[in-house]
Amino acid sequence: MFDQPESFVTSDGRTIGGVMMEMKNITLRFGGVVAIQDISFDIREGEIRAIIGPNGAGKSSMLNVISGFYNPQEGEVWYKGERRPSMKPFEVARQGIARTFQNIALFEGMSVLDNVMTGRLNHMKAGILSQAFWYGSAQREETENREVVERVLDFLEIQHIRKTPVSRLPYGLKKRVELARALAADPKILLLDEPMAGMNVEEKEDMSRFILDVNDEFGTTIALIEHDMSVVMDISDRVVVMDYGKKIGDGTPKDVRSNQAVIDAYLGVAHD
Amino acid sequence: MTATDSADLVSIPALLARNAREFGDKAAYREKEFGIWQSWTWSEAVEQVEALALGLLTLGAAKGDHIAIAGRNRPYLYWSMLAAQWIGAVPVPIYQDAVGDEISYVLDHCNARFIVAGDQEQVDKILDIKDDLKNLERIIYLDGRGLRKYDHSFLSQFQKLQDIGRSAKDTLGPELAARQSSQNYDDTCVMLYTSGTTGRPKGVVLSNRNVIETSKNSSQFDDLGPNEEVLAYLPMAWVGDYTFSMGQALWTGFCVNCPESPETMMTDLREIGPTYYFAPPRVFENQLTNVMIRMEDASRMKQWMFHKSMAHAKTVGPALLSGLPVSFMDRVKYWLGDKFIYGPLKNTLGMSRVRVGYTAGEAIGPELFDFYRSLGINLKQLYGQTEATVYVTIQPDGEVRADTVGVPAPGVEVRIGDNGEIYYRSPGVFVEYYNNPESTASTKDKDGWVATGDAGFFEETSGHLRIIDRAKDVGKISDGRLFAPKYVENKLKFFPNILEAVVFGNGCDYCTAFINIDLNAVGNWAERNNIAYGGYQELSQHPEVLDMIQTHIEETNLSVADDPMLSGCQIHRFLVLHKELDADDGEMTRTRKVRRRIVEEKFSDLIAGLYDGSERVATTTEVTYEDGRKGSISATLEMRDAATVVAQKIAAE
Repeated sequence: MFDQPESFVTSDGRTIGGVMMEMKNITLRFGGVVAIQDISFDIREGEIRAIIGPNGAGKSSMLNVISGFYNPQEGEVWYKGERRPSMKPFEVARQGIARTFQNIALFEGMSVLDNVMTGRLNHMKAGILSQAFWYGSAQREETENREVVERVLDFLEIQHIRKTPVSRLPYGLKKRVELARALAADPKILLLDEPMAGMNVEEKEDMSRFILDVNDEFGTTIALIEHDMSVVMDISDRVVVMDYGKKIGDGTPKDVRSNQAVIDAYLGVAHD
Repeated sequence: MTATDSADLVSIPALLARNAREFGDKAAYREKEFGIWQSWTWSEAVEQVEALALGLLTLGAAKGDHIAIAGRNRPYLYWSMLAAQWIGAVPVPIYQDAVGDEISYVLDHCNARFIVAGDQEQVDKILDIKDDLKNLERIIYLDGRGLRKYDHSFLSQFQKLQDIGRSAKDTLGPELAARQSSQNYDDTCVMLYTSGTTGRPKGVVLSNRNVIETSKNSSQFDDLGPNEEVLAYLPMAWVGDYTFSMGQALWTGFCVNCPESPETMMTDLREIGPTYYFAPPRVFENQLTNVMIRMEDASRMKQWMFHKSMAHAKTVGPALLSGLPVSFMDRVKYWLGDKFIYGPLKNTLGMSRVRVGYTAGEAIGPELFDFYRSLGINLKQLYGQTEATVYVTIQPDGEVRADTVGVPAPGVEVRIGDNGEIYYRSPGVFVEYYNNPESTASTKDKDGWVATGDAGFFEETSGHLRIIDRAKDVGKISDGRLFAPKYVENKLKFFPNILEAVVFGNGCDYCTAFINIDLNAVGNWAERNNIAYGGYQELSQHPEVLDMIQTHIEETNLSVADDPMLSGCQIHRFLVLHKELDADDGEMTRTRKVRRRIVEEKFSDLIAGLYDGSERVATTTEVTYEDGRKGSISATLEMRDAATVVAQKIAAE
């Protein structure tokens, strides 16, 4: 489909590696409703991959397939060159795939710090007993993980709300805390479900900046769903376009923008 | 002549070396990072500074070069200034929120060869203007985030440059030592650009003598020792921060603490609990506003306790602090109040340990001033200038009042000119304005007396100085009575709802005013009174807000009328501006002083409206956003009449 080499360097100097994850002929049904129909695409290492489409196109379902929340009836998910068996979400998370949610899913009563610490769960191995007494390895582990978390807080510039309960935060900051939690997991692939929904222009600019910085600084591969076309076109390397569960376009933002099927279905019919 | 402890303490690097010898294991710098206070002792700091100084030598930095520094307060940036001084170069700290062409002017004016930038934001600003700056050779950046993809032929990373410096120590060590030992007391120590209420900023050259003598005198005055803690959060380009966080810190060896980020400043203040604290009135006002807003949400019982205790504190607190006689019962009551209210409140404000606190820069409201003093916080005022290395006058303990600025600081002579202008002469008097002999000559005469540009007088009873206004702003209204806008503006600004006021009327029949509401205070008031609003502009023009401002103005008129000399300054007409006066739009300086001429020009249509009797004026104003883009906002502003006192020649209607 793409005649791209194993790995190459983009015009802005980032290295895009080989295929990291591949979706092969995925079909997902809920009873009689076909949410995703025979879709294939791949995600390369180090790239920012966007999935766009009108409401109900099956974008979130696709993300849920990647994160292991749904198991497709047909098709295969390949991850790092191996076929992934049907998995529980936590098993997927252990493989290094972290996500944020369209509707914020944070622990409202807990502080920002505690929320982000939960992102480190897969990196903690101490038993329940030593955790309870905060003894030995538990203590050491917490210190190590806290350090990682503090770096993330610093990176996303949310140190000032470290001890604030999440319920007291405005929407834009909650979104950032969610990103922080996903980032704390030190993921190989970061899945972002509408990271900019409901934000004003300034917040969107900030969030775009953070997404680009994450990709740049940590080399994290990012797959995101987004409605704001200008954002998608600006920050992503390649775009998959879905409509009614089908893939109608795939390529660079430039390709997609000039793809007639995409224009008709999603961007509106062009008037010349 | 020099009263330094030993004759060789004639430069900042010499002080640094002494501190490493005498206080080697004592904390010199702290910064909160990754949630923990990281600290460096004086000996560790010296190692860091030395590495950077050597790094700068590898880049070919020469004696007398200007090295600019831009960023928020961080130990690394203070070390950059020290490293520059060590190699005999001159550090030029610049305001971190300055926009491109302001930075461009400064860098071009001082021919900076190197600049140390805090982060990507600063680097971006400099890269934008790089083509205009032929002399700029290299940007040294601290926080590399987002800079990975940048062309590094022009950039060096701070720590990497330090590593290069460390590995070159054997070869360049002797050169570094020679650079330090060749410095004398009259070499340039630092260059600070004045914010410039009029025209372009001027580079004030301060010598080692200026900085060290001033630091020594002022440290003795307040008995500052090596165990003080200060929080460095005010702009590094400002002379105050340079004197407190560099001059005095190096002289006495106390510890400079840098906040984690500007947003966490209040939390960091609480955690550090500084013993020596400095803030402009604005910061004190914000803190008080926050306390008051939160008290309004507290339970009845707590509110009652708070108000009851505060009332008592107001009557006896300042007297206790000044050491005046107070009855035994009042002392007991104050002690109780301290246990239940003042103590915890001071702790919340981060001022439990403040032994000496200063406010300066602008007049502070008497209510605000008394609030802090009544809590037992030794808040004092000083009057100073960049050209004086801060200190002109200062309030000694026990002689503190809201309406004066104290007596001449140690070593400073002050006299009042025939036109009322204040002149001073001191060891801190600046060397010159860089590359600007005309301005130097017009400010400093051959005997070393400096004109402040402020008008004031010494009170006969106390011998304390009182400032009236900027000398050039003082004028007359058409019937010949005195016009002193600042005097009225300060009175207006003491109302928590009024953030800023600009009074006009020189040569006119009567005075008028622009008002900026304080969004925090008025917004909170609107919330409590169920007044809905969509934004700053809408709130500012709300009829009830206008009513409220009108009452404030009428109250002010009442108090202005008390002073026969200034009764002509009563406000006859006013409007509330639809936008906040902002430094990005050039309406204020970076230290937030109003640029009167620019405001007059920019809003000339509104001023005309105030004088031709119109009820409403529609206007469009250009605004600059933080990222430098421009936009415009339009609004229709209501002009209101305010009642004035005594039979005025011109009726308010």
